[in-house]
Amino acid sequence: MAKAKPLVPKFDDEATDRKLAIICSKGNLDMAYPGLVLGNAALGEGVEVHLFFTFWGFDMIHAKRQKKMKFSPVGNFAMHLPIGGVRMPQWLAWLPGMQPFSTWYLKREIKKLGVPTVPEFLDQISASGGHLWGCKMSADMAGLTMDDLREDVEGILTAADFIEMTDGAQVIFV
Amino acid sequence: MPIQTMLGREIHVDDEGFLTEFDEWDEDLGAELAKQIDVTMTDRHWEVIRFLRADFQDRGETATTRRVDSVGGFPVKEQFALFPKKPAKKMAYVAGLPKPHGCV
Repeated sequence: MAKAKPLVPKFDDEATDRKLAIICSKGNLDMAYPGLVLGNAALGEGVEVHLFFTFWGFDMIHAKRQKKMKFSPVGNFAMHLPIGGVRMPQWLAWLPGMQPFSTWYLKREIKKLGVPTVPEFLDQISASGGHLWGCKMSADMAGLTMDDLREDVEGILTAADFIEMTDGAQVIFV
Repeated sequence: MPIQTMLGREIHVDDEGFLTEFDEWDEDLGAELAKQIDVTMTDRHWEVIRFLRADFQDRGETATTRRVDSVGGFPVKEQFALFPKKPAKKMAYVAGLPKPHGCV
């Protein structure tokens, strides 16, 4: 059943004018990843991607804090112990040393999958043409300016700027 | 699985047109595949493709853009320049490999 015209994947179809805005509002290490993974995947599909960092998510683009994000099992009822998959009792989650341990453990698991750290992930997103934006209210509240942020952050936007900029975009809130 | 003719030989492809048989590929076919998607191959393009082929042979899995950067040493930015818009899929297509399955 040879075909006269070869079957070629559709790479540059009309879907490439798709636009995606991802709001990153969390500052815990585990919650930094959903937005980064989706944003990166969308860029690889030729989608225009804007990441907007607000409230606790602001730490993700803070030049220093982005390297020190932490994970805690406190209040997380889906946290299972590495051995046996048993749910971690909350009294255990509060023990001294648990937060550094679980941060170390999560980082190790992420690294095992070949997934970059938060700063490196943002480097990759930037290099892939993704746009990074800070939130004005969060910056004002924390007393931060563009000088405190990664160099590839393009600007600090008001909520209205964001709404205007994402006209026609699909929005994901993390 | 469809079979189609390219350069006068029969090749096995999946429903989208990605090659399914690793050994049916050679660089002449790679150049022909690149032509189909309007990519003009340079020496640098071939370096990336050769990395992908070798890496697939080692791991049985197509490298993602992340891996092509961190292990292959081809910066992500350059991958987007060489294979515009959808580098991971385009690289896999030209290299005669399946689409990468990794999320990152």
